[in-house]
Amino acid sequence: MGVDQSVKTVSADSINSFHLNEKKRIKVKPFNKASLIIQLTIISLVLVTIYTFISFDYSDINLFEGIISTFQNVKIMFLEPHFKHFSFVTALYQVMITLGLAFLTTLFGALIALFLGFFAARNLSSKPVSAAIKGFVAVIRSVPTVLWVLIFAVAAGLGSVAAVIGMTFHTVGYLIKAYSESFEELDEGVIEALKASGANWWQIIFQAVIPSSMTYIISWTFLRFEVNFAVAVAMGAAAGAGGIGFDMFMASGFYFDLREVGVITYFVLAFAIALELIATKVKTNLKTSA
Amino acid sequence: MQADVFVKKRWNSFIFLLILLVVTFVSIVITEFNMAKGLASLPKALQWGFTNFYPDEMALTKLPDILNKLRETVLISVAATTVGAIFAFLFALFGSRTTKVNGVLSKVSRGIATIFRNIDISAWSMILLFSFGQSALTGYFALFFGSFGFLTRAFIETIDEVSSSSVEALQATGAGYFSIIFQSVIPSGIPQMISWILFMIETNIRSATLVGILTGTGIGFAFDLYYKSLNYHTASLVVIVIVITILTIEYISNYVRRVIL
Repeated sequence: MGVDQSVKTVSADSINSFHLNEKKRIKVKPFNKASLIIQLTIISLVLVTIYTFISFDYSDINLFEGIISTFQNVKIMFLEPHFKHFSFVTALYQVMITLGLAFLTTLFGALIALFLGFFAARNLSSKPVSAAIKGFVAVIRSVPTVLWVLIFAVAAGLGSVAAVIGMTFHTVGYLIKAYSESFEELDEGVIEALKASGANWWQIIFQAVIPSSMTYIISWTFLRFEVNFAVAVAMGAAAGAGGIGFDMFMASGFYFDLREVGVITYFVLAFAIALELIATKVKTNLKTSA
Repeated sequence: MQADVFVKKRWNSFIFLLILLVVTFVSIVITEFNMAKGLASLPKALQWGFTNFYPDEMALTKLPDILNKLRETVLISVAATTVGAIFAFLFALFGSRTTKVNGVLSKVSRGIATIFRNIDISAWSMILLFSFGQSALTGYFALFFGSFGFLTRAFIETIDEVSSSSVEALQATGAGYFSIIFQSVIPSGIPQMISWILFMIETNIRSATLVGILTGTGIGFAFDLYYKSLNYHTASLVVIVIVITILTIEYISNYVRRVIL
């Protein structure tokens, strides 16, 4: 009896203390700077979005009708595509031109970026040089590709030359950032060991830096190739770079031929998805071999 | 044996370089790219840039108008990204290997995202131009579709990467689907997802320029207008304004990333 009582009181006590504890502790999500910033970011994004929808100029547009007609247009495009102003073979050739533009810009961009990337990496060059290159590259990157192409078009004339140079600019900006960051991940001890054994700068680059970051270099470059394909399509449409993008621009902007836009979209889609599949395959291959 | 490895390696790199050279040559021929002209046009472009491509006093009088257009572009980019992110999150939940409801739905949502991602923003804007005409909504929807496709892929990878073990742990305790989502997937994935959203906003502002040129809206239209009327001084002011905006947003998102990741 007495023992029973004490057990009861003990268990009651422990329940009480548990309840007390619950009021004070269990901060599953501690309030810190990170969660504050996350919440602030989300709130401000939502507020800006709501403000945008309120401030939209809906005057001469019927949102509902627009959405319905978009669906109809998309249906026409994808279900009734036809060739009118060019044939299958021409379309294929035009896609090849676009692919060629993407390839050339990626190649030139990668070569330049690889070279400058060594100087932009903090552990391979000096601090001021690295900061200068990174700052310069940030400015280059912040100008949209289409503006680069249009700016170069003034000097070189509209066409593939301006497109390749303009797109290369942006590619270089992007790849220098990607490359230099992967160089910086290299273990400091490796460089030190090579330096101690009397290796010069070029030997360090070729024996340590490139082999160890080859995986990153390849996957970033291929990613950029995918992006450049999309950009090359867009440049054909917006900056007269030729290729399938230009045909798309003509089909939609001049002939108002939705069905032809559909054909072109199928072409671009097929190549883009093929590139993505190859990229995924290359990445998994690199991962398993490394 | 070891010599064999090196020989093989050398052969591999030789073949790789050979293929690269052949493809380069074919590309140069097919695109009618002229190397000499390209190299020659670089100094020409630089010289032209220094003599013509800077804002003058006339351009500064257009600044309020440009800033107005810029405001429109930034707002649209942010709104398209946010709404795209909400949809992308739902599709990513269905598409991800750890949180999928069933295999068919997962394949379907991945497939939809793949199609949306791979139809380029420029194609979207031209398709939408038919229905919405020359209005801000055209740009908005084009950016929305692009962001949706890209963010779905990014979110699927994030969910798979971050939360597979914690989801398994919660499943073992018998937690329901929604409590798993709210207690494990969202808390562990949110910093990474916000980082992707911020990246998408940066990208969208850049693409908004392109969409603007194609559809006649926002800052892209402003540039196109001055560029085509050969008013290069004002066009350069537009470029400078875009650069400042993107650098600012990059700075803010880098700060946010540093704190939350």
